[in-house]
Amino acid sequence: MLSILRMLLSLLNRRFLKQSAIMLLQLLFCLFILDSASAADPSGAEAATSSDMPWWAWPLILFVVTFFLGIVAVLGGVGGGVLYVPIVGGFFPFHLDFVRGAGLLVALAGALAAGPGLLRKGMADIRLALPVALIASTAAIAGALVGLALPTNVVQTALGASILGIVVIMMMAKKSEFPEVKKADALSTALRIHGVYHEVSTGHTVNWKIHRTPHGLALFILIGVMAGMFGLGAGWANVPVLNLLMGAPLKVSVSTSKFLLSITDTSAAWIYINGGAVLPLMVVPSIVGIMLGSMVGVRILTRTKPASIRLIVIGILFFAGSRSLLKGLGIWN
Amino acid sequence: MELRPDATIQRKPPATEEQLRYARLLRLLMRTGLVMLVVTYAAYMTGFLSPRIPVQDLSRYWSLPVNEYLAATGLKPGWSWVQFIGTGDYINFVGVAFLAAATIWCYAAILPIFLRKKDYIYAAIAALEIIVLLAAASGILQTGGH
Repeated sequence: MLSILRMLLSLLNRRFLKQSAIMLLQLLFCLFILDSASAADPSGAEAATSSDMPWWAWPLILFVVTFFLGIVAVLGGVGGGVLYVPIVGGFFPFHLDFVRGAGLLVALAGALAAGPGLLRKGMADIRLALPVALIASTAAIAGALVGLALPTNVVQTALGASILGIVVIMMMAKKSEFPEVKKADALSTALRIHGVYHEVSTGHTVNWKIHRTPHGLALFILIGVMAGMFGLGAGWANVPVLNLLMGAPLKVSVSTSKFLLSITDTSAAWIYINGGAVLPLMVVPSIVGIMLGSMVGVRILTRTKPASIRLIVIGILFFAGSRSLLKGLGIWN
Repeated sequence: MELRPDATIQRKPPATEEQLRYARLLRLLMRTGLVMLVVTYAAYMTGFLSPRIPVQDLSRYWSLPVNEYLAATGLKPGWSWVQFIGTGDYINFVGVAFLAAATIWCYAAILPIFLRKKDYIYAAIAALEIIVLLAAASGILQTGGH
């Protein structure tokens, strides 16, 4: 396995990355054409569900797409779920219910895989994560229940609008390596949420504390609901709230957010599993594809320009979000 | 990069006892769950275990909303998949459920540490989280569908 990975890595360079992004876009375009062709077939709904492709082609294509999504997600600094749901929901024949179920499991698997390392190194902070997780995971259950009860076009429209909102957040949000927190608030003091963070690049260890905890916890209700309703990992929202609002150092925020997803997505994932919205045929290739892609992405992270990859991710999200919005509104089926 | 005034020179990064226990257990559960997923999926795809719903027929169902899918395939929500655990498709739920339960086990593992340290607030938070996750996993929280 490692030797295969090394062989793959030896083939990777910047040119490959550009080709990957182009291939991913071409693949999405082909999927869109296939999807449109089958949907336009006048022979009815059943025909729309089964194209001329053999059944095994879809999980195979899903594996290939999620492999590239895994690479792009790591390089773009986003979780797999936020790319997975709008892209697979917009361009594959699977119903959005199953896509959201799989999206949560994809985000969950990624977070579970990253969690042990982040905790062991002290990058993710369990005292910061636990109160936030309790609120977010409870809200995620509510979001999942509402999401499965709402009509598909409403969820699809809201998903599209949310993804376009995420695009705006990604373009506008600033980051702060070490936000200034003059005084910890009463709640975080009572919960003893503070820590020491070792910055490898400088060799320093920074004592950190947080403020505006009640505001942050309130926002995690909304984040949890959105994660459960749309099957998205919520790293795009966790990090700005932990970092910019509550004042945790950036790396602690990113790491704690990743760990947090393993808890938030667990609660929502169970609602989808128990609701029957999990198709093994698509879940396993998605998880394996995105995890292998993420492993490759992490290895080539040092050789890329994050800013340019981030632009590609924003472009893909904009395209997929627009598709989802217009599909939900019945304009672009 | 500018460090804040309260930056101090300390060498040892922190990882508390509960973080380490959580991390160790999570790594074990994660790896086991992934192996289960891959093995059961291989059994499904190779036809080693016959699926309850033939894979050739799945394309007729996968674009249906979940409630219509359940009605068309004669399935019930909740833990009803357990009765079909011997089939190629439903055996995959063992790995999925195992991974989804990993967090619950990890919380259960750190709860005694909080109690021993007399950190009752975090013990209560951990206990509440276990209850929330168990409620989600139990299948009692369900929606009426679209």
